[in-house]
Amino acid sequence: MEHHTITINGNHLAFNPGETILEIAQRNKIEIPTLCHLKHTTPTHTCKICQVEIKGEDCLVESCATEAKHGMMVFTESSKVIQARREAITKLLSSGNHNCAAREVDAADWTSFQLKVLKNDMAEELCPVWGDCELQDLAYRYQVKTRQLPTKECKYETERANPFIIRDFSRCILCGRCVKACREIQVNNAIEFGYTGADLKIIAKDDMTLKNSDCVFCGECLQACPVGALVPDKPFRDGRFKDTQKTRTTCSFCGVGCQMDVFVQDNKIVKINGADSDLAPNHASLCVKGRFGYEFVSSPERLTRPLIKKDGKQVDASWDEALDLVAKKLLSVKSESGPDSIGVLTSARITNEDNYIAQKFTRAVLKTNNIDHCARL
Amino acid sequence: MTNTIADIETSDMILVVGSNTTENHPVLSAFVKRATLKGKKLYIIDPRKIKLTEYADKWLRPLPGTDIAWINGLMHIIIKEDLQNKTFIKNRTENFDALKTSVEKYTPEYVEKITGIKGEDLIEVAKAFAKAPAASILYCMGITQHTCGTDNVKSLANLSMLCGHIGKPGTGVNPLRGQNNVQGACDMGGLPNVFTAYQPVSDEKARTGMEKAWNITGLSPAPGLAVTEMIQKAYEGKLKALFIIGENPMMSDPDLNHARKALNKLDFLVVQDIFETETTQLADVVLPALCFAEKNGTFTNTERRVQRVRKAVAPPEEAREDWQIICDIAGRMGYEMTFASSHDIFKEIASVTPSYRGITWERLDKAGIHWPCPTEAHEGTPILHTTQFTRGKGLFHVIDHTPPAELPDMEYPLILTTGRVLYHYHTGTMTMKTQGLNILSPECFVEISLADAEKLGLDTGTMVSVSSRRGKISAKLKISSKAVEGTVFIPFHFAEAAANELTNAKLDPTAKIPEYKVCAIKIETV
Repeated sequence: MEHHTITINGNHLAFNPGETILEIAQRNKIEIPTLCHLKHTTPTHTCKICQVEIKGEDCLVESCATEAKHGMMVFTESSKVIQARREAITKLLSSGNHNCAAREVDAADWTSFQLKVLKNDMAEELCPVWGDCELQDLAYRYQVKTRQLPTKECKYETERANPFIIRDFSRCILCGRCVKACREIQVNNAIEFGYTGADLKIIAKDDMTLKNSDCVFCGECLQACPVGALVPDKPFRDGRFKDTQKTRTTCSFCGVGCQMDVFVQDNKIVKINGADSDLAPNHASLCVKGRFGYEFVSSPERLTRPLIKKDGKQVDASWDEALDLVAKKLLSVKSESGPDSIGVLTSARITNEDNYIAQKFTRAVLKTNNIDHCARL
Repeated sequence: MTNTIADIETSDMILVVGSNTTENHPVLSAFVKRATLKGKKLYIIDPRKIKLTEYADKWLRPLPGTDIAWINGLMHIIIKEDLQNKTFIKNRTENFDALKTSVEKYTPEYVEKITGIKGEDLIEVAKAFAKAPAASILYCMGITQHTCGTDNVKSLANLSMLCGHIGKPGTGVNPLRGQNNVQGACDMGGLPNVFTAYQPVSDEKARTGMEKAWNITGLSPAPGLAVTEMIQKAYEGKLKALFIIGENPMMSDPDLNHARKALNKLDFLVVQDIFETETTQLADVVLPALCFAEKNGTFTNTERRVQRVRKAVAPPEEAREDWQIICDIAGRMGYEMTFASSHDIFKEIASVTPSYRGITWERLDKAGIHWPCPTEAHEGTPILHTTQFTRGKGLFHVIDHTPPAELPDMEYPLILTTGRVLYHYHTGTMTMKTQGLNILSPECFVEISLADAEKLGLDTGTMVSVSSRRGKISAKLKISSKAVEGTVFIPFHFAEAAANELTNAKLDPTAKIPEYKVCAIKIETV
């Protein structure tokens, strides 16, 4: 087989014909920043952030849209590249309501920058994704100062009519990631680029609200959005700076078994994202139930104490009282009517470990095979 | 599934039958939809014009409950056109001649009479399926929830074997599991006839093995009762006590009126759950359990991939782990079941479950593993039956069409089929706690075709009464392009209009699954 290699920042890397420079870099954990490219989709090349320099070529190229050729020497952070990236970031920051303090970054270290914003910029206008914005990160990383730029007014009102998702067009950089997520990953075909020129906007079905379009609220767009244009409708502003724990687990709805990252603050789930885009079975995708349907976990309606029926009414009981009663009753039915007069319905909702214990209990303790679950229902 | 979810995208032809994939398995449906973007063929055979039909090359509409007829029809055409995979049939299967004879009468004309599917459409699908280098069948409850559910599945297996579309990437007979851990509950022996990994309770060797592992004697060799049979036995007064864990049969069972009477006849009912449900309301004892986000453990998904569940939040007040509650009861009944953690339980599972033997939590840390995985060095088995079937050669089953247990008549002229909607899950105890989901799907509805609505002289939004021989509910009419004349769909999520008041409790004789997908109803104004 023919051997294909390129060099990225001095590293010799093999590639498969057809692979783009960006794909090879990502595969080898070499970071080339991009705001518009979404893994596993075709290039949009709107953001110009992923430009790289190729030795011997006058112009920079977009790494997301350039296929590697054998012998190419690529530089991802040359001074020419950095200059171009600064220009691209400046353009994006000045394209809308990006009033993050990144506009005034001077501080040499992240901590003092963060402290400054925390102190001065807790006003209502602070972007809801402050601190979790890819554009802001890049602005800081490439030290882009935009104080002199005028803020551009947005002609489109923020859309708050939907459950789960707020669309703030003033912060949209028109990178098109959400469109790729909707049309190439989930293939729900609910959103697209609409209008032209200065009116360019991401629209849903003849420019309707998401709620009145073909949108099924999978939230793939929300997870793909690099800025604050698509944000969850939860009032999480006050919680942004709180300690957050992230736990990877398996979704508890249908049988697909999507891998998800659960974000928790003060013992409450505040967000769920699809896990790694390279991790099967879901490759970071989720559906509306998996992503947003978690409120039941902390619902005040959860059962919290055992109940025992007394005089036809269920009343609170202690665990000892409840467990003793169950054991006593099951023993007496078993001895009076035989083991096969008892049945156990285990559950397709609980873990393998729980199910194993339920069937072991049924067979080894109750001594019957009357165990089943709702697989059929 | 015999194959993996990722495999769907590599298939050349996908046949989706009895699965409303975009609503019931939304993330999996994306794999199907992406395949069509790559130019792969998609055919759908379903009584409803579901969303996925918009992505399909063709949608075929059978009358509900006529699946065996069209599957036999496909095989008839394939054999007549001499498109069957002769090498596969010779090397991997037996009983082909009997199959060939049995499908002889299923001519396109005969099938059209039973199913309503046009002969030319059936021929197109048959040819596409047989000629595809790799064709995959995805099916769901639309195939299984019939009195002939087992035969429907066997017929699909016949079809796949006939064309050699099994045991290779992009092929397979792939059931889509509707609940997060149905696969795992079955694997763990949460079934009346088998221990873990489907070791029969009637098999003496399996019993002795378990008795040794559990340090007991006297395991029963007689298969137990299926859920649907337990309800009947309770109704007859023969089942005295029932312990229900994390299920809500008072919403999910067929013919709820009958099920309610049955549960009320029990001497003792214990229900372990995370919320008050229609079922906990009837219980003598209710035990508060934990939900998935509060547990460490494993789920096994529809493609047999065992995956980790990790604790993300602390449980509410006094609620306890399901396994802990059961172990505590066992101890009080004189049998010590002591485990330090669910991790320890998994170690015991691996030791008594051949298909899980090589799986450890440590191995699952980064990514799940497909069973069978017999040793720790084994990478798992993404595709089943690559060289042989479980029984050796694949057996062609001879199967004839049988009509549903209840068909429409003068009094009950419409067919009812039930299912889920995208925004809710099963009996709604979890999803109805999220306000946004309730906004997107606030209430029950009766999905009806424009033609049927016009016959009734009723419009979308009209409150109607829907009744069958077993019960009656009221809900709003919803005219929809998904519905076909003569067939009505009602989701079963909503307690205030529980579709299962109407459904028929007649069972498939083997799988004991109720016929949720066909019963006769009438619609009247209230």
